[in-house]
Amino acid sequence: MAESLLEVRGLKKYFPIQKGWWKERLYIRAVDGVDLSISRGEVLGLVGESGCGKTTVGRLILKLIEPTEGEIIFEGKDLSKLDKKEIHSLRRSFQIIFQDPFASLNPRMTVAEIVGRPMEIHGLVDRYQRDERVAQLLESVGLQREHLYRYPHEFSGGQRQRIGIARALATKPKLIVADEPTSALDVSVQAQILNLMKELKEVFGLTYLFISHNIGVIRHLSDRVGVMYLGKVVEMGKKKGLFQSPLHPYTKALLAAVPTLDPKKKREEVILEGDVQSPINPPRGCRFHPRCRYALPRCPKEEPLFHFVEEDRSVACHLYG
Amino acid sequence: MGKENTLLSIKNLRTHFYSRGHTIYALDGVSFEIEKGMTFGLVGETGCGKSVTALSILRLIPYPPGKIVQGEIHFKGRNLLRLSEEEIRSIRGKEISMIFQEPMTSLNPVFRIGDQMMEVIMLHQKVGKPVAYERAVEMLERVHMPDARKIMRQFPHQLSGGMRQRAMIAMELSCRPYLLIADEPTTALDVTIQAQILRLLKEMKKEFDTSILLITHDLGVIAEMCDRVGVMYAGSIVEEASVEDIFKDPKHPYTRGLWGAIPRMEEEKETLSVIPGMVPDLSQPPTGCKFHPRCTFRFEPCDRFVPPPAEVSEGHFVACFLYQGKDGNG
Amino acid sequence: MNEKGILKTGQIAEVWRRLRRNRAAIVGGVIVLLFVFIAIFAPWLSPYPPNEGELTKRLKPPCREHLLGTDPLGRDLLSRVIYGARISLQVQIISVSIALVVGTLLGMIGGYYGGRLDNLIMRLMDILLAFPGIFLAISIIAVLGPGLTNLMLAAGIYSIPQFARIVRGSVISLKEKEFIEAARAVGEGDIDILFRYLLPNSMAPIIVQTTLRMATVLLTASGLSFLGLGVQPPTAEWGAMLSNARAYLITAPHVATVLGLAIMLVVMGFNLFGDGLRDSLDPRLRE
Repeated sequence: MAESLLEVRGLKKYFPIQKGWWKERLYIRAVDGVDLSISRGEVLGLVGESGCGKTTVGRLILKLIEPTEGEIIFEGKDLSKLDKKEIHSLRRSFQIIFQDPFASLNPRMTVAEIVGRPMEIHGLVDRYQRDERVAQLLESVGLQREHLYRYPHEFSGGQRQRIGIARALATKPKLIVADEPTSALDVSVQAQILNLMKELKEVFGLTYLFISHNIGVIRHLSDRVGVMYLGKVVEMGKKKGLFQSPLHPYTKALLAAVPTLDPKKKREEVILEGDVQSPINPPRGCRFHPRCRYALPRCPKEEPLFHFVEEDRSVACHLYG
Repeated sequence: MGKENTLLSIKNLRTHFYSRGHTIYALDGVSFEIEKGMTFGLVGETGCGKSVTALSILRLIPYPPGKIVQGEIHFKGRNLLRLSEEEIRSIRGKEISMIFQEPMTSLNPVFRIGDQMMEVIMLHQKVGKPVAYERAVEMLERVHMPDARKIMRQFPHQLSGGMRQRAMIAMELSCRPYLLIADEPTTALDVTIQAQILRLLKEMKKEFDTSILLITHDLGVIAEMCDRVGVMYAGSIVEEASVEDIFKDPKHPYTRGLWGAIPRMEEEKETLSVIPGMVPDLSQPPTGCKFHPRCTFRFEPCDRFVPPPAEVSEGHFVACFLYQGKDGNG
Repeated sequence: MNEKGILKTGQIAEVWRRLRRNRAAIVGGVIVLLFVFIAIFAPWLSPYPPNEGELTKRLKPPCREHLLGTDPLGRDLLSRVIYGARISLQVQIISVSIALVVGTLLGMIGGYYGGRLDNLIMRLMDILLAFPGIFLAISIIAVLGPGLTNLMLAAGIYSIPQFARIVRGSVISLKEKEFIEAARAVGEGDIDILFRYLLPNSMAPIIVQTTLRMATVLLTASGLSFLGLGVQPPTAEWGAMLSNARAYLITAPHVATVLGLAIMLVVMGFNLFGDGLRDSLDPRLRE
């Protein structure tokens, strides 16, 4: 296996909330014990439905929020042991592409400033080189030099997302967390952005953590895939194997729920019933058991461990324990 | 007019919006028909006019800035565009109902689900409160809401997204409409919840014998739900066919581009095909075929004339000069 | 569309277009412009020196030589009103600037950092707000002593909470936006986030508040001077002059009337313009 760039162990994030008149302290268990690792040059797809914690995982890895518990090891360095200065200088190594191309660009800055700021902050350019470097970057994401001094509102959604990508590339990062980068875009624009991301990965030697609820998109881009449910990774493995023979009942249901593009193919009736439980008070034992059609007597009692069932395939389910 | 079992027939519909001295040609000659018991899908990208079509049918286009400037909308033999405001109001919610992407916007947040449903039932079915209550409970049970009597007492925000959409469907079907317009009904929902709602819609369609006009950008939803499909681009339908034909053999360059742009579950491609350029500004639409500036197959007539729809095989219409003359009759 | 408070360069034309349609705002704008013009060019516009009078010509009604008549010391009233505009504008600019700078800073810090610091700042602002405006200004002057400088300071301090609250609200709604998170992700420091990201995007409400505060501050300053706590004679200040004219209300009513009108007109001008500006900048009122 290739050298791992990022290693995450036992990652937890509980958000405190206050409820009711007496301000009872409750916690949203957004991420509740996640292990994952990403090798250099690989694309790890993280898929799951809203509220499963996939976005929080991305934010934790980027040190945009502090974990409640757990280790994040980037290039052998434990991020929790670094001081502010070291984190700051490490920021140039990991970047993020956001979902909303309208909200993620400062409306009062020109493209040159938006993309150029990261270079300035990390002392990669002096003032005279900046715009030239930005122009080169713009060209590599499919924009033009003359876009340098325009403001975000002068661009379409797809173009704005390209600006966001250029900003993420500005510091020559090693890891890019892409948080639903195409969810706000139309399919034809989505295709442009996905192709661009694939191309840039080769050109700049990038590693992606690709977060999405869109299973088709995840499948298109990822090498390995992790499936999340209620704050935990329930299954992880190489893309091909995972999509061909999903093991965890949730993965099965999730894949079956995606409409296919073949009108003649009748879907297997494995529609998942009910709603996702609350992350404030998740079910005991396996979190999926109330909706699981294969639930065993031990499922509500014991929490299944996340373990390898074959080479490069791990699952957290008592059926495979 | 039309065939015997045509429920809705739209002819040459043009809806324009006026803003700051510009005219936005949101709908520029849309025609299609929906038969009884059929699910017709309208698919297209943001701004292609699919939602404007739905609002035009119910005459819900706000004026100003919008106006239906031309066209006919025949529903059960009556031209909806000729009806008085009062007559169209009695059709809305009773004979033609509509559900939206986000049910929160159409459910009133300060009233209980039950009260809202009963109001609709009492208004359109002219029944008293006790009867309306029973009918509302029955409808909620039909859409598989657990504990319907409890749901009746709840407010919209107390329900999850999927449950709200169920309540909305129950409410809109309570008067047994002939046509249900569903505008991106599952776009805001997660895939597993989407699967539940789509199954429910299919079930309801069978049970109530309702026709559905399904508007979505998701080709997967189209493939799963529809009998016939219209592909919209920049305010017109560029291709219309049965769902089998359009997925097996898409003709129009835009349709083909769109189909190729989707990362598919079942097959793998290295790169996705891409439609070059951008959606045109509908206040200054391109001349001729509106797709021609982005089309890789364009030739001499494309920028000068609007291609009329041609029937390339039975029931498969394409508005493109590549297929003109192949329809045998014109 | 755009969120409240975000003003983009391309929107300036749009704001101007909407402002132009608002007749009241145009009237207000013209009054404000006229007032500023008069204040700047006072030495050239006024027919007489403001502080030199002839006691033989006391309290003359308007006539050809003295278009607005004369005051109790025989000074040309028109000249004094024109010079008064200068003082007023000076007081407005300086005290609103004090409030703008301090209030904006406090609001940004409170809104951005939140928690205890925010609580402390906002409770301080609540204390300031708990006093009726003029009473607060009087208390400040009571401590500092009367005079032009202290007047400006007092009027400035009592306007701080307004700016602090508005900026804090704007910052709180902005700081959750993705572009702030993006700034943090590329390694922007707090100072840069405050001044390069949050402040430029809060400009719209700040501009509106500045205009509206100009009116309030003028009223407060005149009021304080009227009570003898502000500008001292013989400086031509509208409030002080009004106070002086009060004794002659029966014999020479034109003096008080002219001064009252001047104050009213300028206050109204700033209010109308500020209201119009707010309507044009606030997308919620968009057609």
